[in-house]
Amino acid sequence: MNALRRWAIALGVLALGRKQRRPRFADRPRIVPPGAPDPRAEWLVLGLLLGAAAAAAGFVVVYSFNHLSHQTQYLGLSLGLAFAFTAAALVVVAKRLVVTEELEEDYPVPGHPTTQEELEQLVAEGGDRFTRKRLLLTGAGAAAGALGAAVFVPALSLGPFLDTDALYETPWRRGRRLVDEHGKPFLLDELERETFYTAYPEGADKEEVGSPLVVVRFEPSELHLPAGRRDWAPGGVVAYSKICTHAGCAVALFRKPTFRPVEPGPALICPCHYSTFDPTRGAKVIFGPAGRPLPQLPLLLDRENGELLAAGNFSGPVGPSWWGVRSKAPRNPS
Amino acid sequence: MGRALESAEESVVIRGLVRFLDERSGTAPFVKKALRYVFPDHWSFLLGEVALYTFVILVGTGIYLTFFFEPSTASTYYAGHYAPLRGHEMSVAYRSAVDLSFKVRAGLLMRQTHHWAADVFVASIVLHMLRVFFTGAFRKPRDLTYYLGLTMLVFALLEGYLGYSLVDDLLSGMGLAIGYSVLMSVPFVGANLALLVWGAPFPGKAEFWSRMYVAHVFLLPILIATLLALHLFLVAARHHTQFRESRRTTEKKVVGIPTFPGYAPRSLGLFFSVAAVLFLLGGLVQINPIWLWGPYHIAQGTNGAQPDWYLGWLIGALRLVPNLDVTIGDYTLVPNAFWGGALFPLLVFMLLYLVPWLDRRATGEYGFRNLLDRPRDAPWRTALGAALFAWVFVIFLAGASDRVFVSFGISYVAQLWIYRVLVFVLPLAALIVTRRFCLALQESERLGQIRKQAEAEARGELPQTEQL
Repeated sequence: MNALRRWAIALGVLALGRKQRRPRFADRPRIVPPGAPDPRAEWLVLGLLLGAAAAAAGFVVVYSFNHLSHQTQYLGLSLGLAFAFTAAALVVVAKRLVVTEELEEDYPVPGHPTTQEELEQLVAEGGDRFTRKRLLLTGAGAAAGALGAAVFVPALSLGPFLDTDALYETPWRRGRRLVDEHGKPFLLDELERETFYTAYPEGADKEEVGSPLVVVRFEPSELHLPAGRRDWAPGGVVAYSKICTHAGCAVALFRKPTFRPVEPGPALICPCHYSTFDPTRGAKVIFGPAGRPLPQLPLLLDRENGELLAAGNFSGPVGPSWWGVRSKAPRNPS
Repeated sequence: MGRALESAEESVVIRGLVRFLDERSGTAPFVKKALRYVFPDHWSFLLGEVALYTFVILVGTGIYLTFFFEPSTASTYYAGHYAPLRGHEMSVAYRSAVDLSFKVRAGLLMRQTHHWAADVFVASIVLHMLRVFFTGAFRKPRDLTYYLGLTMLVFALLEGYLGYSLVDDLLSGMGLAIGYSVLMSVPFVGANLALLVWGAPFPGKAEFWSRMYVAHVFLLPILIATLLALHLFLVAARHHTQFRESRRTTEKKVVGIPTFPGYAPRSLGLFFSVAAVLFLLGGLVQINPIWLWGPYHIAQGTNGAQPDWYLGWLIGALRLVPNLDVTIGDYTLVPNAFWGGALFPLLVFMLLYLVPWLDRRATGEYGFRNLLDRPRDAPWRTALGAALFAWVFVIFLAGASDRVFVSFGISYVAQLWIYRVLVFVLPLAALIVTRRFCLALQESERLGQIRKQAEAEARGELPQTEQL
């Protein structure tokens, strides 16, 4: 009990007392040079610390409210101010209350030549009894290599490392209907000219890279599709993969000329790096970094009800390019 | 209760503490040395400390966020308080990030502070690196320290990218699509690597989210913390560099303020200043309002999309490269995204890693260097550094040309062509101008000395240098 009381007094004195310092280690020279007390600075530090305490308490109060408007702002302000007051107190301590000495110290020696030699010797002598060093090293190398491979091979379970076939798959096949995001079929007659639509394969996962399409209707006479794609656009409706061939973002912008004579033609544009494709010419790249046109999906018109259907799969693999992107056409899921 | 007692009681507390620790750890000599360890004083030496303290804030706020964030791509419908999103289909990850912002008290403060801290973290590392480069602090015996710091920068960039990708808002989805495409674009093995990491063609398997999450909250922070510890150990083992400020600062002796009592309150003050700035930003300045971006769907994109600042150089590079795919027959050797997204950063980091070696080769200096150069003292190094910086910076600016178009109506296409020219012209100009500038500074300094000497002679004093 007595010890506890003495400690409590000591701490209280530490916290509250103002001291007239007498040399406490009279038998030894000072380590830290003496400096004059600065009572005003001490008051300043005390004020700043109380400011920090007030701001931090304010944080607790603000936090305890249930529905307070601008709560995040008040929380940030109070906590930030609490830190700021603490920082200010420490700066005053550093600048006015502790002695700022300028000490010199030797840089460490660059190295220890004798010890280095000893280490060299130690390692060399430790291997003295080996006579077929090179052979054993070869063996160790083989073991290390194989062990390393054995340790890292399980990482291949992360994905289909050698099998890239999945990249050629899309949910599109002949006869699959185009639907909007709510599952409503696209009717030719309902499509406005030169307006941008997004379509998905009916009944398939909309979030697959091969699913989304951009669909635009033009006057058939305006279309100049590549050879062999003449009947891919019934009623002037063209459909392309919505995934940019450059970096995989959605081609989400459509540039519609408002005054044909002076403005550039219609274009599909990716907002990530502004690859620009001409939808009237098979989505040829007319500006920006994309290296391939957007793959085109051949369309069919259901004469009975006017719905748009896929006539097959895309003209090329969808999405960003890789080593084999030009070597195979996409196929249907098996 | 006299003053003598007061003083004695204080001594008892200190003595008790010191004895307790020393008798159990035997570290009294080490602690004494550490408390008298010398810190040379210059404002630019604080940049690394800012990075260190920001990392502390990142870890603290980050741990808080993990208690609420759910890294899952499972599909759900939003039914929370934020009306514009109600009824929308989204991933659990995105919903939990929105809930963390709106429902968890102080959640938005922590999330925004975490995001601000990430931006400040990378910024302070980059500024610290520039300081180290332009003063030649990377030279032996601190080249290893420099490599460790550079590697931390690489991890910090990756860590930041994963952090904002995890949220699964529209911008993070676009960023991930780009990351996937850049990995796909690696010659020969890109598709294999991308399928390995994502587990399936984009947007990948559900497990991909766990992989990102573990990397962001565990693997990369541990790696950064380990490198940080090694970095600090090496700094302390070889001591700090210093400028040649007086006769006392030499290659042999370091001059500065000891840890205790002088430096500790200064450094702690810096820590609390950093914390204050970050929490004030986090509370008062909105950053990444994910509820405005909306959830990511593969068929959606938004105009004017920008990444966090530290990836701006990569989006700039991806936008600047003309549409060039290198093909061999039916095979695509170099898909376009490789140039800007992979080759450009690889080249920049390779150059940065080569800096200590190149500097040794160029100067023929293999010795120990404790004294720093002022940038003007090494005109070629400074000029080449300025050229590299100008190159990366102009590409960084090119990444913002869509915003310039929106704000000022300057044609995007025209801007890109201007940047495509500037990419070659500006580094060269920076090289020439910086070198001239350094030489001119040296010259004016020399003239100043001559004038001082002449004035001294005119006053009839013997110039100091000739006194011997």
